[in-house]
Amino acid sequence: MNPVLQKYYEALKAGGLTEEQDEIIRRELNDARIHEMPVVAPPPDTEEGVTPEPQGIYEYADLTFLQRMSEPYISYTTCLRSLDDLLERDKLREKDGFPRKIRVGRLIKPGRGGKDKFVVVPSTVEEKLIHDVVRPPDEEGEAGGTGEGEEGEVIGEQPVRSPEGAGSGPGEGQGGPHEMESSAYDLGKILTEKFELPNLKDKGKKRSLTRYTYDMTDRNRGFGQFLDKKATLRQIVKTNISLGHLPDVGNIDPTGFLISPSDRVYRILSREKDYESQAMVFFLRDYSGSMTGKPTELVVSQHVLIYSWLLYQYEKQVESRFILHDTEAVEVEDFYTYYNTRVAGGTKVASAFRLVNEIVEKENLVQDYNIYVFHGTDGDDWDADGKETLPEMKKMLAYANRIGITVARHGMSQGSSEVERYLNNSNLLKDKSKLIRMDVINQNADETRLIEGIKALISE
Amino acid sequence: MELLDQHAKKIMEGCKRRARDAGLRFQDESLEYIVTNRDLIELSPKVMIPTLYDYWVHDVEVLKGKGQYELYPGNPYETVINTRPPISFYNDNNPDWLNVMIFYHVLGHIDFFQNNTYFRHTWDYDFTGQALSDKRLIAKLRSEKGREVDYVIEFARSIDNLVGYYEKLSDLNRPRFLNGSRRMDFYFDVFLQVHRKVSIGEYVKEIERYNQCVAQYGELGEESFFAEVEKSFPEFRAVLQRSLEKKKRHRPDLMQFLMDHSEFLNKGEHKWMKSVIHVVRNTSLFFQPQIRTKIMNEGWASYWHETLFMQDDRIRGHEVDFARVNAGVTSMPRVGLNPYALGMRLIYHIEEMAERGVYSFDFDRLSDAREREHFDRKTGRGRDFIFRVREDFNDFLFINEFVDQAFINRHDLFVAGKRLNRSRMVWEYYVKSRKAEDYRQMLFDSMYHPPRVMVSPEKTGVNGTLYMVHRFEGKPLVKDFIANTMMGVEYLWGGPVKLETSEIAASESPSRPDLSGIYSMGVPPVPTRKEPEKKKLQWQRVLYTMENRRLTRRILYAMDRQ
Repeated sequence: MNPVLQKYYEALKAGGLTEEQDEIIRRELNDARIHEMPVVAPPPDTEEGVTPEPQGIYEYADLTFLQRMSEPYISYTTCLRSLDDLLERDKLREKDGFPRKIRVGRLIKPGRGGKDKFVVVPSTVEEKLIHDVVRPPDEEGEAGGTGEGEEGEVIGEQPVRSPEGAGSGPGEGQGGPHEMESSAYDLGKILTEKFELPNLKDKGKKRSLTRYTYDMTDRNRGFGQFLDKKATLRQIVKTNISLGHLPDVGNIDPTGFLISPSDRVYRILSREKDYESQAMVFFLRDYSGSMTGKPTELVVSQHVLIYSWLLYQYEKQVESRFILHDTEAVEVEDFYTYYNTRVAGGTKVASAFRLVNEIVEKENLVQDYNIYVFHGTDGDDWDADGKETLPEMKKMLAYANRIGITVARHGMSQGSSEVERYLNNSNLLKDKSKLIRMDVINQNADETRLIEGIKALISE
Repeated sequence: MELLDQHAKKIMEGCKRRARDAGLRFQDESLEYIVTNRDLIELSPKVMIPTLYDYWVHDVEVLKGKGQYELYPGNPYETVINTRPPISFYNDNNPDWLNVMIFYHVLGHIDFFQNNTYFRHTWDYDFTGQALSDKRLIAKLRSEKGREVDYVIEFARSIDNLVGYYEKLSDLNRPRFLNGSRRMDFYFDVFLQVHRKVSIGEYVKEIERYNQCVAQYGELGEESFFAEVEKSFPEFRAVLQRSLEKKKRHRPDLMQFLMDHSEFLNKGEHKWMKSVIHVVRNTSLFFQPQIRTKIMNEGWASYWHETLFMQDDRIRGHEVDFARVNAGVTSMPRVGLNPYALGMRLIYHIEEMAERGVYSFDFDRLSDAREREHFDRKTGRGRDFIFRVREDFNDFLFINEFVDQAFINRHDLFVAGKRLNRSRMVWEYYVKSRKAEDYRQMLFDSMYHPPRVMVSPEKTGVNGTLYMVHRFEGKPLVKDFIANTMMGVEYLWGGPVKLETSEIAASESPSRPDLSGIYSMGVPPVPTRKEPEKKKLQWQRVLYTMENRRLTRRILYAMDRQ
């Protein structure tokens, strides 16, 4: 066991801990796991005999089954083709008083060897009155079977996937960083209509951007798209003054004017650089031992959504930094690592905030950037009263445009967690509601809930 | 989409000739197209009907899951559609021998479409033609009314699984009675039994009296018989009259009811909505038989592609190729349900049993297992028998009637269960039962079965409320879908809507593995530990009310049964 942590634990204990807190801390303290990146999962052991075909009778179709035609692959771009229309329609629905229908989903298509394909699609469901299935717990549907075996005999088994190491997140065993980014980009396009970064202020515009707007701003003599009448007239007058056709300013006779071809002044379309405000987004993730399973899933899922949206919406204007913390905080280089690193160790929320403060100060980011911080945790903190965390947070509030804290509650924890408690007690959420938000989600939150959460975190 | 080339078409014509000789019946013309993957992207959301009306949901990926067929009864990847002429779709690089096999399969389907009585209502028109004019109608309305059209489509589609398909069929297949016979049926089947509640002795006496009358007076026998009846039961004529009138019209399904009785829809400016609802309703009716005959239809087509292929002289030398492909299609999976394999085996089984004369009174009388086993009348009627089955049965009847223990034993079938082993964190597949009864039940449970939701004419109309009743069949409705569906009905009805249904009276909603997990957050949901549920479920009757787009729920009473 880490002696430094051990000392810290003893200090905490001396300060007085409830039994519950003590147990949580000790559990994390004695956690033997280490933070590691998942290796690409080996194909699951297939027990001999059974390759389960859970398909129902209606999933067999002549074209796919008899003729072996592959199901048409609908790429993102095909889906996205009509996406603007769809989202527009969805907006109108709301206006007409009907609930929205387009859902943004990440569809997991199980592939062979555990390589799940991770596809992002807009989808919808047509609701009808249909029968629900009532099943005893721990039983799944029945199917037909053929062959040997006595009644009651087990003929094969299939592992419930990822029972351990669930901190790995959905990226496990699939593609590399690049693929991650490309599907994130598409997801972002879908989300893009839904939100905007809050409190975005103009900051140092020193970066050259590749974003341009086109406008009829440049003037050109002789040819062009749009005749600038006023400028042309002025030019004609000038020419005629120099030619001596304008003897009396009080009595101008334009019929006698000569017009030179170069007198005509046009406006032409030109490229203008468009400077936009810079933003820096910090993603903070608690990867302590207590984050095993659902909380991590929820946090990374929500951060995927935020990250995707930023990636698309603020393509070149937003830089992202990724920080993982248990009792210590580290910065990791890319989202892939951030997303996939496994959970272990203890929890000190303060460490992550402190690291951000240090980075911001050292690199003098405040001057040029709007700064956003998103933190995801299960709410456990060894620093139960926020004695260390709150000062760091306050320091951060002095410069940050928004801090968004997501608390993904455990199934087992009752009531509010430590982070919730000390944040609520500190009144920060109320006093600085423009700058700091907290979103508490339950273990069984779904995608829609997460998007709602993002809205709560970033709304004005 | 391109038409099949002349070479392949010629092969197809040869297949048709051979199929006809074997006894299949279908119309002469047919259309064959080559489809590419790109075509499929456009065709599959439209259930392979190229002319189906446009609707925005077709552009969106719909949720995929096991429960999908309950929402979408059409088959998105069908190879042949039930139109006039039938249109079939092919991969463009099939070798000739494979095309022969597929052609026979297709012809099996066409024969089934055109002869099975459950398709009766699709026989008199060409659906692609109808769909095209519907599509134009909807496009025209859309240009006039804007997005309101899409709302009407959406709300109509949300109840299109509640169409009165069997009522429609029963109108078409009503047997034509000879004069007076209906009176006799009513007298013996209803009047004596229900109204008079006579004893069996009296009942038999009446039959005897009828036979005597016929023997004595010949053609006038029935008249004289009823002359007597009216003497002894003077009320008979009136009761008969009332019953005949009542029978004339079925209770309309929800969509029909709305079209007939909704004040909103019958207002001048809303009348166009009825034509949209009509289109949706007809489209749904068209697809109903497809999903209700899946096992039979695939079984029938597989039976014929196998039988006819092996007899075809043109493909000698490709038997091994065929065997490999055919085995892939028609072998029984260790765990899973393959409608091709199951249906085909069942048809072979039925043919053989009928050939032996097993479906007969003589056989039923036998109680000795040995005698039963060796029972063989060599009737020579096996083929005839399966042709009759293909005409008169749908999946439910087919399975209910013919999946017997002999069939189960012969093919080593069993019900496979899947349960969670917590200690090892694995799903276990196990042999749950080898009883025919359980196997049938398992099949029924996996078959399409929309809920029966009818309008209650008695309770409808109070304060302009529409009152729907869901008949309890031991299953609740999917809760998440109730609100939006009822909101749609409210829109079409133009007033408050109530739905009476049954739910499990536990605070926790029933686990619903069907649709959850589609949106799993990456890792498949690890089942959470729950209190072991009581074996006996407590049901209660509840009433949902949708008013001004707001849903409320009220418990009516606890239910005793189950």
